[in-house]
Amino acid sequence: MPHPKTDRRTLLKSGAGAAALSAVGIRNAEAQSRRETLLLISENPPNSTDIHGVGANRPAYEASWNLYDRLMTFGVKKDAAGNEMYDYNSLKPELAEEWNLTPTSVTFKLRRDAKFQDGTPVTAQDVKWSFDRAVTVGGFPTFQMRAGSLEKPEQFVAVDDHTFRIDFLRADKLTMPDLAVPVPVVINSGLAKRNATAQDPWAMDWLRSNPAGSGAYRLERWVPGQEMVFIRNEAWTQGPKPSLARVIWRIVPQSGNRRALLERGDADISFDLPPKDFQELQNARRLKIVSTPVENALQYIGMNCQKPPFNNVKVRQAVAFAVPYERIMEQALFGQGVPMFGGPADPAKIEWPQPGPFRTDLERAKALLTEAGYPNGFETKLSFALGLATINEPISLALAENLSRIGIRATINKVPGANWRNELLKKEMPLITNTFGGWLNYPDYFFYWAYHGQDAVFNTMSYKNPAMDALIDRSRFAASQGDYEAAVKGFVKLAWEDVPRIPLFQPYLNVAMQQSIQGYRYWFHRQLDYRTLSKTA
Amino acid sequence: MLGVTVRRLAAALPTLVGVVIVTFLLTRALPGDPAAYFAGPAATQQAIAEIRAKLGLDQPLPVQFLDYVQDLLRGDLGLSITTGQPVLHELTTRLPASAELTLLGLLFAGSVGITLGVLAALKQNSWLDNLCRVVATLGVSLPTFFTGLLLIYVFYYLLGWAPAPLGRLDAFASPPPHVTGFYLIDSLLAGDLETFRSALAQIVLPAITLGIFAVAPIARITRGSMLAVMGSDFIRAARGHGLSGRTVVVAYALRNALLPVVTTLGMVFSFLLGANVLVEKVFAWPGIGSYAVEALIASDYAPVQGFVMTMGVLYVLLNLMIDLLYQVIDPRVRLEA
Repeated sequence: MPHPKTDRRTLLKSGAGAAALSAVGIRNAEAQSRRETLLLISENPPNSTDIHGVGANRPAYEASWNLYDRLMTFGVKKDAAGNEMYDYNSLKPELAEEWNLTPTSVTFKLRRDAKFQDGTPVTAQDVKWSFDRAVTVGGFPTFQMRAGSLEKPEQFVAVDDHTFRIDFLRADKLTMPDLAVPVPVVINSGLAKRNATAQDPWAMDWLRSNPAGSGAYRLERWVPGQEMVFIRNEAWTQGPKPSLARVIWRIVPQSGNRRALLERGDADISFDLPPKDFQELQNARRLKIVSTPVENALQYIGMNCQKPPFNNVKVRQAVAFAVPYERIMEQALFGQGVPMFGGPADPAKIEWPQPGPFRTDLERAKALLTEAGYPNGFETKLSFALGLATINEPISLALAENLSRIGIRATINKVPGANWRNELLKKEMPLITNTFGGWLNYPDYFFYWAYHGQDAVFNTMSYKNPAMDALIDRSRFAASQGDYEAAVKGFVKLAWEDVPRIPLFQPYLNVAMQQSIQGYRYWFHRQLDYRTLSKTA
Repeated sequence: MLGVTVRRLAAALPTLVGVVIVTFLLTRALPGDPAAYFAGPAATQQAIAEIRAKLGLDQPLPVQFLDYVQDLLRGDLGLSITTGQPVLHELTTRLPASAELTLLGLLFAGSVGITLGVLAALKQNSWLDNLCRVVATLGVSLPTFFTGLLLIYVFYYLLGWAPAPLGRLDAFASPPPHVTGFYLIDSLLAGDLETFRSALAQIVLPAITLGIFAVAPIARITRGSMLAVMGSDFIRAARGHGLSGRTVVVAYALRNALLPVVTTLGMVFSFLLGANVLVEKVFAWPGIGSYAVEALIASDYAPVQGFVMTMGVLYVLLNLMIDLLYQVIDPRVRLEA
């Protein structure tokens, strides 16, 4: 059904015809039927269209994902509930038509018909320039490339216009999947170089708001902080033609309003609602709600292993038995997550995350605390990021209440967004609740960042144990599947014994949409792919 | 009047210099570290150091300050890292949004407040007076975000009378050609009634939300001032000469009672301009208040400094305007710089 407003406008336009010239183009686009237009609402605005840019935020990844192409993408499969999700185990062509993987290198054949949005053909030189940029500019893109052993410009070779080779530094199972994550986009290097300066050879300033990709959507309008409007790139051939002609992405900071907009049918789709709203919407059944457990992600309670009292493993175990797990699932999460407690002490599988062996047992907690030499408990501070207070605050309150029952008096410390990272890096907070997820879906990848003694920022507990490091290193480059599984089970068991972080639950990625929206697909980057979405009448 | 204006503006210069120094120091005193924030969740210490150098935050404070002042003199307010846009550009595009909303809110508050105040003064201690008191108290005590959410819930969600709270225009309209930045005016100038209607529909609820908050001070001051004037000799004389009640109230009493009301209006306006942050948040209104708050959360120095500067300049201009307005209302007022 066409939107009544659009109809009225069309009438008005054809009748009057005298609208200001500058407005005519926009008006035409506006008259497009509502059915081909998606209205997406979210809490936070994208701050860039360049995923390599300094401080590009998560919404900016979404913009980049739809405006640019990568060499490869992931296939699709159905999850347990029958919803579509990306398939980690299958790499599919995007800008590359095919590739030849050898133990020391991979050679890509590029599509010959692929064109950037300004009409210039996509060549291997563009791929090389883009990858050189990703490994050179520092910060997040460089870091993400390094996770797949993609570190130096010398690794990237443009053999001819349509042949591109990557030489491996080492055999790394993460190299190929890392080429299909959002970071290694292919940028129109000719266009970018024309807008680069001597101080800014990678055109960081220009590309921030001027996308130069070959993606399925073009940027029509961007009003920072308010809206971003995409239109379909009709010349796109890297996949099936997208159904949506236009995507309007509006920023609605207030979560109650986002829900109202969805319920009234004015907005089509949104991720950003509190868990309670999702639970209620699910029960009301008017909107379509898709919940997918976020792969390789875990909400946890972390304890600082370098400082008393939490440097004592008995204290950490005491806390693990004091956590009100069930209550957190019900009152903080409204059931919107997979419980990660009450599992076996010996890991039976290599899946991650998997339930830890803890459950609420205050008497045992009290006994452990006495054993640790704190019969009367102690004072501590429980911190969380204010930006994620919807979930973190009720978790912290429930935890603090139970801790007080075994004598641990925890004051609650809300840390504002800008300061949170800073505080994490300092590694001085004694007790926190936080969440961490890895894009690449391997347990060893998670453990490498979160438990390894290299002490990355995600090892928020500053946990250091040489036995753990040895197991993690062994699993990363394990030669056989048996050896790999033994190592994974080994480090999971050690994580339960030493319990530097207490697993709570695997969060869901929830999305609410109108019944008319089809083709939603879960992605590990947790952003929306406009290309597969469509609207039925 | 021109001389007064120039002298007043000159006198405002030290204030602005003070504003520049204080905002610079205050933003630096914030606990957050912008480099850590913008390095992203996966940053190493080295990556953060790189970004700190890129942002010039590794320099000593006096050097940073000199850089800042030099940029300022060139009219460059810096770049917002959160939105990736020049601060000056964003402030100039967002200020009209805030100003349009605030002016309309003030118009609402003024007309309701003055009417209520006058009626309450004329019918002292009647039910009207009590109603005025209740309305004023409620307006002040309800937080604006609550009023806003309540209005949205009733008029958008339940009744469907108001359009979706999506900012200045509905999602399928596009902004009128830029002249003043006030959509209501620009759309009329372009002769585009459809956009005008959309902009008007969008602004009604936020303006009322904002206005409700400001009704109280205006109504109370009007009432007090009217009571004082109505009790004075010249009103009794006017009545004694047999002038009609209407003439007495409107032409004699109200005009004399307006002076304190105008002062209050000025204060309320500047106060609303800064305090409509919450209304802007609730209605997704792209004003400068929400811009500054978002920047503050991210420790994004440049927009915060730019915002405080803008507000400083606005306050100076506003005070000047109110002083000049005094002379129009009351010719006895003579301004000395």
